[in-house]
Amino acid sequence: MKHALPVLTVLCAIILGWYVAAVALNAPWARDQAARAGTSLTMPALIRATMTQERPVLPAPHQVAKGVWDGVAGQKITSKRSLVWHAGVTLSATLAGFAIGSLAGILLAVGIVHSRVMDLSVMPWAIASQTVPILAIAPMVIVVFASAGVTGLVPKAMIAAWLSFFPVLVGMVKGLRTPDRMQMDLMHSWNASRAQAFWRLRLPSAMPYLFASLKVAVAAALVGTIVGELPAGATAGLGARLLSGSYYGQTIQIWAALFAAAALAAVLVMVISGIERVTLKRMGLAR
Amino acid sequence: MSVIEAQGVSLTFQTADGPVHALKDVDLTIGKGEFVSFIGPSGCGKTTFLRTIAALETPTAGRIGVNGLSADEARRARAYGYVFQAPGLYPWRTISGNISLPLEIMGFSKTDRAKRIARVLDMVELSGFGGKFPWQLSGGMQQRASIARALAFDADILLMDEPFGALDEIVRDRLNAALLELWAKTGKTIGFVTHSIPEAVYLSTKIVVMSPRPGRITRIIESTLPRERPLEIRDTPEFIRIAQEVREGLREGHSYD
Repeated sequence: MKHALPVLTVLCAIILGWYVAAVALNAPWARDQAARAGTSLTMPALIRATMTQERPVLPAPHQVAKGVWDGVAGQKITSKRSLVWHAGVTLSATLAGFAIGSLAGILLAVGIVHSRVMDLSVMPWAIASQTVPILAIAPMVIVVFASAGVTGLVPKAMIAAWLSFFPVLVGMVKGLRTPDRMQMDLMHSWNASRAQAFWRLRLPSAMPYLFASLKVAVAAALVGTIVGELPAGATAGLGARLLSGSYYGQTIQIWAALFAAAALAAVLVMVISGIERVTLKRMGLAR
Repeated sequence: MSVIEAQGVSLTFQTADGPVHALKDVDLTIGKGEFVSFIGPSGCGKTTFLRTIAALETPTAGRIGVNGLSADEARRARAYGYVFQAPGLYPWRTISGNISLPLEIMGFSKTDRAKRIARVLDMVELSGFGGKFPWQLSGGMQQRASIARALAFDADILLMDEPFGALDEIVRDRLNAALLELWAKTGKTIGFVTHSIPEAVYLSTKIVVMSPRPGRITRIIESTLPRERPLEIRDTPEFIRIAQEVREGLREGHSYD
């Protein structure tokens, strides 16, 4: 509770700065309108005019809040105008992609740690895959899948998996290699098999690394899904809301979708943090 | 009856700066139930020699027999328990869980494991601490737990690489006395690396003095002290004479060229 004051102070500063920016950015259009109507605006009137535009350059915070509220509570959940419905579409593809990507990352890491050949042959490609701009790859993935008759969740999940396997791979390789020489020697002195050393030593040692990288991966999966929704004909998902908003200059809609995406990412990371806390506590690793 | 036999053991590491002779022509026989200390300055190969007995290193020449088998066969037959300088307990396992670890790997049944854990915890005076996590114990207690772990599967040989090196002297004295007691009770053959002369003299029936470049044995001193050793034995003339002999052995092997 004693942190409430500084946190609120920062929040207020951000909102205040946002209002100032909204006034500054929206004022030219308001002045323009007034000039066309042959009137001039007093300062209070000008400020009021910058807060209520239908398509502001930068919507004011309360406009965005209203946009989010309308999207969440103002529609039936099954409506195509409901943010909840769009977020649900995005969430399902995100979770599918995250699951595929994390599993692939873990399996590749296990292979890399146990095989020098895999270390040399897989790692460079894994790194190269992340240097390709996802914006360039995403439409091709969508097109290739669509030509094979697969649309909807799967192609988006593949793009999400593409982005999310990498942090898990890097984190798990590091984590599985944390046991030091002495601990490996101890295993050797007991004549433990590689499988025994893996399940009893390497995997538990890697758990803190796994959770750290899962948090990065789930956020990356969400970004991948949204990017995957942009070229998909823009019919469903938060990415579609972003795209259609930009087509029609609906800045409030764009911002509302952005905030919905941010909130979704925050919830996902929090869920993983919760699982992390419980797991590490049960393992005796949390103090 | 000899338990460990080394004949002409040499071990050369190839490094970027040329070969390093960690061990050169080491011959040593250790009998059943002996307590053998290896002492010498750093780089004399005492740890390396202990590791070759444990088949954690492979000699480049010569041979080591353990229980009539090759060192690696003996390792696979789980002939020894090894204790490192650091306890190396898993932070995600309780003390009991840590002691259980080698037993699980070796396939002991659950009831057998519980029995063995209780027995070795009692041996190192940690009964009642089985449910604690390592970080809840002091350094000395953690090291005792790691000794319990090495004892749990009833290997006849205990190899210890400076097990008390990181502990303060008061704790170390207590653990040394406890180790002697344990040795008397179990009759195990113990190989013990140290760089403390009093520790070596207090514990051992045989003291192997080593010297570096190349790592070799310069002197083997058979202790004339009785097996029953109270801590006060360290003030007797006999003890001081043996310590003197060890010191001489260290000095003659020590050249600063």
